[in-house]
Amino acid sequence: MSLNDILDSLFPAGHAVNVENKVISGEATTAKGTVAVLGTTDAAAIDHAMALALSGFILDTIEQHPGRPLVFLVDTSGQALSRSQELLCLNGSLAHLASCVDLARRQGHASLSLVTANAVSGGFLSFGLMADRAYALADAQVRVMDLRAMARVTKIAHERLVELAATSPIFAPGAESYVRMGAIEAIWPALSAERLVSALEEVVILDKQDIRQQLGLLRQGRLLANDVVRAVLDAAAG
Amino acid sequence: MIPSLAARHSWFEATARARLAGLLDAGSFTEILPPADSQPSPHLALLDLPGAFDDGVVVCHGQLEKKPIFAIAQEGQFMGGAVGEIHGAKIVGMLRRAAQEKPAAVLFLIDSGGVRLHEANAGLIAISEIMRAVLDARAAGVPVIALVGGSCGAFGGMGIVAKLCSAIIISEEGRLALSGPEVIETVAGVEEFDSKDRALVWRVTGGKHRYLMGDCAMLVEDDIAAFRRGATEFLASWTEPAPSVAHLRAGQQALEHRLAAYASYRDGLQVWAALGVAEPESVPLLDRDSLVALKEGLPT
Repeated sequence: MSLNDILDSLFPAGHAVNVENKVISGEATTAKGTVAVLGTTDAAAIDHAMALALSGFILDTIEQHPGRPLVFLVDTSGQALSRSQELLCLNGSLAHLASCVDLARRQGHASLSLVTANAVSGGFLSFGLMADRAYALADAQVRVMDLRAMARVTKIAHERLVELAATSPIFAPGAESYVRMGAIEAIWPALSAERLVSALEEVVILDKQDIRQQLGLLRQGRLLANDVVRAVLDAAAG
Repeated sequence: MIPSLAARHSWFEATARARLAGLLDAGSFTEILPPADSQPSPHLALLDLPGAFDDGVVVCHGQLEKKPIFAIAQEGQFMGGAVGEIHGAKIVGMLRRAAQEKPAAVLFLIDSGGVRLHEANAGLIAISEIMRAVLDARAAGVPVIALVGGSCGAFGGMGIVAKLCSAIIISEEGRLALSGPEVIETVAGVEEFDSKDRALVWRVTGGKHRYLMGDCAMLVEDDIAAFRRGATEFLASWTEPAPSVAHLRAGQQALEHRLAAYASYRDGLQVWAALGVAEPESVPLLDRDSLVALKEGLPT
């Protein structure tokens, strides 16, 4: 599915979006008004230039269009893997991008992300998972690492991981695991302008607290985190 | 005054609990969810791996020079300090508590390779929650200071978390990056990054390089008392800024200029020369005080 198909399906009323170096930026018309559209395409491996293009566009939007909702389209294979990128502190540019998404929230910009194809580790952390809410298309790949690589690194038999993945969302790759654990709100069976508009309506009035742990417990995918956070909050002061 | 070598306690070699004992005022350490009130990770048990009752992170109240502070200390010697479900939730809870109770600071002793792969999805989501909780604590006016000098450094998602903190205090032994050199070598080849070349790894990810480039606010000796003095000194002159466009615009400009100037470099030696260091090859040999003097003499 091409980016243009995605944009046409989500924004039938019109969009003006630029793609440069796998970075998407622009705006689109929806039934809820104009939204900023940004993100990455073609399984981008996020590097400094991409992170700074996204963060710069977010800052422009905050300054020039106060309150305009942000719609992130996520297709990232993770972070760029190179020595020159690490030399300049790639984690710093990704943190800067995450800070800009966070600032937009504090300044009253609702945000949602839609995983269109891939969402992997550092690339997903820096913007997709920073949005108020995340969604994924049905065939999207969401993961830290595939099970074969995980078997290699952890030295646990691949068959054993496959067996456990069938019952545990804790390390089974896939958007469904992230829904059960509270980090993705819902899986969209298909691209739909109506779904996007109702998601925007919900996100605009959303409480801005991070409630992913509660959702993970409600959906029975993450049974411990919520209680541990509560226990730390409620423990007697020293 | 030069402290005697006998009096020095290496941060790098110490456990998380020993670091806290030397960092905080004597007798002020009060653990939240101590091992007796906690449980090891059931996800590790499912894989027949040994767990730890604190799941590799200690969270506590304490004091630093009589000021109330919260501290979070990752144990690099358990699963590489990696973030699993319980580990991550303890950190999130402490950061949220800080936003409510407003201690003078949160000291975040990072020693972690990032996500615990055995709990991969839970670890990734927990790091995302930590990222938001750090920014929420800071927005509530509570400085969050990252202390990096352990054997696992600050890598993966924890490298991002470190850079979301108010400041990073690092030792020469500390390392800070996103992907580990081994990962880059595996994927991109040994020509791209030779993870066995220890000197190169330090010139790309090590404490001196991060300090010279301004990614870390302070460079300290590999000594628990030096981290304590560094944190005290930093906090004495720091007021947490409110989140603002102006602040992030300034950061954006600095990062853009840096990328434009140094994008083609692949070794710290090249960056240091460009920063105005007359003898870049001498940097790895300089002691901490000489390096700080060198950095302070650089053109800005």
